[in-house]
Amino acid sequence: MTLWDRLLELDRRWIFLGIALAVAIPIITGYALPQGRPAPPTVRLFQFVEDLEPGDVVMVAFDYSPSSMPELHPQAYAVVRHLLQREIRVLSVSLNPQGTALGREVLAELAHELDAEDGVDFVHLGFMPGGSQVILGMGESITRVYPNTPDGRRTADLPVMEGVRNYDDIALLVDFAAGNLPFSWIAFAGERYNQEIAAGITAVMATDLYPYLQSGQLIGLINGLKGAAEYELLLDLDPVEAPGMLGMSAQAIAHLLIIVLVIVGNIAYFASGRHRRR
Amino acid sequence: MRLQIPLVITFLAGLFMAVQWFVPHELGVTVYNELLNWGRIVAAFALVLGIQSLLRTHVEKIRRQREDWPYSAVAIASFVLMVVVGIGWGHERGTGFDWIFRHVQVPLDATMFSLLAFFIASAAFRTFRARSTEATLLLVAAIVVMLGRVPETLIVVLGETRPGLWMHAVMPDVSEWIMDFPTNAAKRGIIFGVSLGSIATALRILLGIERSHLGGGGGGGP
Repeated sequence: MTLWDRLLELDRRWIFLGIALAVAIPIITGYALPQGRPAPPTVRLFQFVEDLEPGDVVMVAFDYSPSSMPELHPQAYAVVRHLLQREIRVLSVSLNPQGTALGREVLAELAHELDAEDGVDFVHLGFMPGGSQVILGMGESITRVYPNTPDGRRTADLPVMEGVRNYDDIALLVDFAAGNLPFSWIAFAGERYNQEIAAGITAVMATDLYPYLQSGQLIGLINGLKGAAEYELLLDLDPVEAPGMLGMSAQAIAHLLIIVLVIVGNIAYFASGRHRRR
Repeated sequence: MRLQIPLVITFLAGLFMAVQWFVPHELGVTVYNELLNWGRIVAAFALVLGIQSLLRTHVEKIRRQREDWPYSAVAIASFVLMVVVGIGWGHERGTGFDWIFRHVQVPLDATMFSLLAFFIASAAFRTFRARSTEATLLLVAAIVVMLGRVPETLIVVLGETRPGLWMHAVMPDVSEWIMDFPTNAAKRGIIFGVSLGSIATALRILLGIERSHLGGGGGGGP
C-alpha cells in the first residue's frame, strides 16, 4: 500500500479531531480574523434600516429553532440592535414554536442593554400556529391575529401598536429562518400585500433565496454567520464581543481545513492511480 | 356522500380563495377573514393530532418493549415534564420551562446540528473527486464560493502578500457572480418546474382528481 493509498484510507476520526480543533481554538483564544468587505445583500438591508425614520415599525419574525442558533442568533442580535438603536419600533412574531423563546431572549437582552421599553419600543407577540394563514391574517389585521401578547396584555392597547393595523403600517419585515418560511412570507405578505421583506437565513439556504433577491422580492439578505459578521462590521461592533465576527474566525479556519482536505483527497486519488481503476 | 361532500367543500373553498385574490369586494374580504380564522383553528387542532400521534407511537413501543424502547420512555417523560412545568408555572423568561428550554433543549439541538460539520468534512475528503468534467466544474465552483465566503482564509494562507491581498479582494466578487448568474439560472429553472407542478397539483385537488388528502391511502383518481 502506497503513501497515497494510506492517505485515502485515513481514519475519519483524525478528520473529526482536525475540525474540532479548527473550531474550538479560535473561539477559546478569541482569535478574530480581519473581516472582508460586506456582501451587497447585507449592505442593502443595513442601508434600508438606516433610511427608516425613528418611530417607523419593523416586524421581525423569529422562525428558527436552537439547531440554527449559531448562525441565526448573531444575525437577529445585530439587526434588532440596529433597529432599537435607531428608535424604530419592533414587533416580533414567531411561526416556529421554538423560535418564540429565542426571540424573547434577543429582545429582553437588547432592551436591557439599550434601555428600550417593552410595549413602547417593542413587543414580542410570540408563536401562533397556522403558518401561511397567520401571514395572510396579519395583512388584514395584526391585532385580530394576535389579540393578546403571550403575557396577557391586550395588543391593541400597547403604545408600540399606535397607528399599526396591518402590513400597510409596517416599513419592513425581517424573517430569520432556517426552513421554508421565507418563501411563505414572500408569497403571502410580499406578493399579496406588497410588504417589503428581508431575510436572515442559514448559509445552505442561500442558493434557494438568491433568485428572490435578484427579482427584488427581497430587499436584502443576511447569509449565514458570514452575513451576521458583516452586519456587525457595518454596526462597527467590537470584533471580540460580536458573536458573528468571533464565530467567523472558527468558520474560516474550518472552511480552510475542508478545502485542504478536498485538494489533498483529489491529489491522493489521482496519484494513487485509483481513477484508472474505475 | 362521504366522498362527495368533502370534494365539494374543497372545490368551493379553493375556488373562492382563488377568485377573491383578484376581486377585493367587501363581502369577499369578510368571508376571506373568516376562512383565515378557521385555518388557524384547524392548524391548532393539527398540533393536537400531532401530539396524539407522537404519544401513541411511543406508548405502543414501550408496551411492546420494542428495540430502544427506553428512549421512548424518555421522550414521553420529557413531554409530560414540559407540559406540567409550562402549564403550572408559565413559560415566560425566568420560569422553569424557560430554564429547561435554554439549558437542555438548546444545547441538545445545537449539538445534533453541529455534528454535520464533522460528517461534511469527512464526506468532502472521501467523495468530492474530480472524476469527470462536470464534477471538476462543481469542485472548482465550490472551492471558489467557499473562499469567497471566507476570504480571510487567503490572508491566513498567503499572508499579506500581493497575491494574497489580490485574491482577498477578488474572490468575494467571483463568488457573488457564481451565485448571481449560473446558480440563479439553474435555481430559477427548478423554481419554475416546481411552481408549475404545484399549480397542476392544486388544480387536480380542486377538481377532485387528486384525492389522497381525504385519507384512506392511494393517490389520485383517473
